[in-house]
Order: sequence, then structure tokens, then C-alpha cells
Amino acid sequence: MSECVVPTLTSLEVVASKSVLPEGWKADLTNLKGLDLELPVTELLRRTTSRLPQDVIDAIVKGRDAEEEGSRAFNTLNDMVRNINLSDGQVTPLCQDTGSIIFWVRHPFGLSQLAARKQIRAAVAQATKNVWLRPNCVESLSGKNSGNNMDPFHEHHPAIHFEEWDKPEIEISVMQKGGGCENVGAQYRLPDVTIGAGRDIKGVRKCIIDAVVKAQGQGCSPGILGVAIGGDRVTGYEKSKELILRKLGTANADPKMDAFEKDLTNDLNTLGIGPMGYGGVTTVLGIMVEEMYRHPASFYVSISYMCWSSRRGTLAIKTNGEVSFD
Amino acid sequence: MIRLTTPITEDQIRQLKVGDEVLLNGRVVLSRDIGHKFMKEQKPEWLKPILENMVIYHCGPVVRKNEDGTWSFVAAGPTTSIREEPYQADVIETYKVRGVIGKGGMGKKTSEGLQKTGAVYLHATGGAGSLLAERVKRVVDVKMLEEFGSPEAFWIIEVEDFPLVVTMDSHGGSLHEIVAQQSQDRAKVLMA
Repeated sequence: MSECVVPTLTSLEVVASKSVLPEGWKADLTNLKGLDLELPVTELLRRTTSRLPQDVIDAIVKGRDAEEEGSRAFNTLNDMVRNINLSDGQVTPLCQDTGSIIFWVRHPFGLSQLAARKQIRAAVAQATKNVWLRPNCVESLSGKNSGNNMDPFHEHHPAIHFEEWDKPEIEISVMQKGGGCENVGAQYRLPDVTIGAGRDIKGVRKCIIDAVVKAQGQGCSPGILGVAIGGDRVTGYEKSKELILRKLGTANADPKMDAFEKDLTNDLNTLGIGPMGYGGVTTVLGIMVEEMYRHPASFYVSISYMCWSSRRGTLAIKTNGEVSFD
Repeated sequence: MIRLTTPITEDQIRQLKVGDEVLLNGRVVLSRDIGHKFMKEQKPEWLKPILENMVIYHCGPVVRKNEDGTWSFVAAGPTTSIREEPYQADVIETYKVRGVIGKGGMGKKTSEGLQKTGAVYLHATGGAGSLLAERVKRVVDVKMLEEFGSPEAFWIIEVEDFPLVVTMDSHGGSLHEIVAQQSQDRAKVLMA
């Protein structure tokens, strides 16, 4: 079982041939009132739930190749590649925890958010019906499952963030955030005497190391970390999640932060936690850090942990109405 | 590689050590958050024959209902086990469970329960939903589906060569404790 499994994804032509969008489907962005996003968003979910982004696959393979051949860490990462191949070929969920569904919608002036919310919710309900998503929305105290991934108050699930921008195009990103990795996210308030973290970059580094050690394998390592420095308790966590949309291997726009991310990734991979906490040299696949402004009295470090199965995707509707997926 | 088939005897369990690789066959019962609270607080009698000498799997599957009314597992990897720490040892003792499958490992209380009753913790690869669903050969039955919802119901399934690693044995051994200790030591150096 220790031979290197090669990721063999189906071609993009095959993926497109299975699309729920009729061939040649186009949006009319000159008539935003008549636009229906349900089908393209359903197609986006079909892809994200069954196919990992290439940069994530590359990072998993790189991690596997860094482990000692035949070790438990090596075999585990190899099984992850097997699982990636299987889900992609079958168009079945990569993981049974298809996560909380989070959307970021960037749109021009004139799009009705109320209508878009309805259409996106319809897409999530349809994807759940198609068994691409598990019903993951339960009433907190009774534990009753709503059965279709909808919270009946139209507020929290699926989570939809709208942002109007100064462009004619529409872009919709989605993240399927598993519960296990969500549970190991952490928010620190600096100074933090328990870990000796002050209000500086050294303190931020200590928070991240502490969070990864506390997570062990429970967030399905190797993980991807989104880290927001500053903000408040809400905006910090919100930003930390959005950061995980960044592709692995791309540089942070701030060269100092970029160096920090790279150094800390190397350091965290000396912790010996490894894939699934079995031990090994692949504990994290990457870190994305961004600095925000804050209230003078508050200094939060908000850390979102994403599991190795980092299911994210973006659909773009261009001015000519064509839809593309990334 | 050790092949085990449920029901499992205490003697078979006592021979297992941390690091052993196991291929599990036979019946397995799925249970997670609501199920564990229910088992500890209500101790339902009807579950006893279902769980005795059996293995519990911490898993909330993606399931498909077939046209003939049967069920298929589409994705079925493990969920994080530590949430069941307050319940697990009691559940193991009450129902004479011989094994618990999950991910991420469990704590001291569970370890003591494993030693007392004679049970092991078996680790599956988290996130390998499709790969593990392939090893589920049949859905035998489901209990409390209406009450708990599909991710949390007691699914009774049959597995074939389900790949697992013993990470906590019935002698107090725990791979999770070792890795945690080593990483904490290394973190102290990195944070100095």
C-alpha cells in the first residue's frame, strides 16, 4: 500500500459535460432583475463538494513526498490522494462532512440581494437533494435537523456575504467548512499571559503555534490556516475565513507577511503532529495572514483552521454572460 | 495487518497494541453526538443486544435512499471523537462495546474505560469519505432516524476490510498522548 498514488482527475471537458447548466447557458447582465443564479450556483456546489482545487492537491502530494515512504504519515497522505481521485471520478462528496456552506457574492449595483439570497438557498437545497451535501443545519437546543441545509430564519445557514463592487461582472465564491476543523479555530486576546504572547508579531506567532498544538489531528491535519490580526471578535473571524480562499503557493501581497507565513509554515512542520495527528513532517499546508485595524484597547488574533480537504471554488459571470469556474 | 470480524471477544482485544493495523469486517454501529448523550442518559435496553461485543463508529454519513427503499453510503469518514469524551467510557461499560472508531483520539477517561472493559480505539483517516464508503458493503438497519436526523442516527452497517490503526489500546497506550507530548515540547522551543 506504499506506492505513490498519482492524482488523476477527470479532464475539465468531462467535468463540463456533467454540468447541470445547459450547454451554452449565458447570463444577461444587462437585465440583473431577470437574472437567476440558482443553476450556476448548483453547478459550483457540485464541483466544490467532489473536486479539490489543484493547488490543494499539489500541496498534499508535496507533503506526502516529504514523508518517509511507507510511514503512517506517508500512507495517510496517499489515502487522501486516493480519496481525491475517487470523489472526482464519481462526483460524490470528498468528505461526509460537507460542511457549513459559506458564500461571498461580489456584484454590481442593481442586483437584488433578496432575490440572489433566495436563488442561492434554492441551489443549496437542490445540492442537498442530489446528495452532494449532507443536511448540516440543526436547531441548537433540540438538535432537530432541518433536513435541507436551511435555517428557517434565512439568517445563518447558508451564510451569504454580499459585497457591491465597481465592476459589471459577478463573482461568487463558496467554502465548505467542516465542523471538525471549525471546532479547532481559536481567537486570542493579546496580551495573553498564559502563553506569554504580547502585542507584537512575536505574540501573534505564539498564538498560531499554540492553536496548532491544541488542534493536534482533530481538525484533519494537514491544515490550512487563515489568520486575521486585529479587527473585532466578529470581523477578525470573518476575515480569517475569507483568507482561506487564497490559493496555496501564492504570495502574500505584503512581503514582510509573506516571509512570516513561509517561516512559520516551516516551523509548524517541525512540531511532529503530522497528517491526522499520526506524527510526521506535514502538519500544515499553508498559512494566510492579514493585518487589520483595531480598537486601541483590543488586539485579537483570530485563527480559522481548514482541514486538508479544503473545498472552495469561485464562479465568475463575465460581462458577455459567460460563466467560468475556478 | 490484523483481520478482525465483529463480534469481537475481550481476549482478541487484549492482544491489540498501539500501532497495529487492522482490517475490520462485519457489523458496525454508527453513533455520534446526540447518540452518545442518549446512550449515557437513557441507557435504552434495546441497544444492548445491538452493541454487545460490537464496534461503534463516530460517523455522520452522507446517505442515498435507493428506489427500492434500501440505503447506500456515499461518503462515510470518521468525525472528531473527543466530543464524546464525557460519555464514551460509560457507553463502553454499559453496552460492553469492544471498539470505537473515530479520528483525533480521545482522553484519559476513555483510556481508563478501554482498560477496564477491554476495548480499543481505532483510528480512521479523516476526510477519506469516498474511500471509506467503498468498504461499506450493506446498510443493515437504521434506528432513531426521524428523531436524530441522518447524520446522527444509529446506522447499522456491514463493512469489509475497513482500514484502521489502533491508536489507543486496552493497556493504557495512546499514540495521541505521545504525539501531543512531543509537539508540546517542540512548541516550547519554538516559542522561547
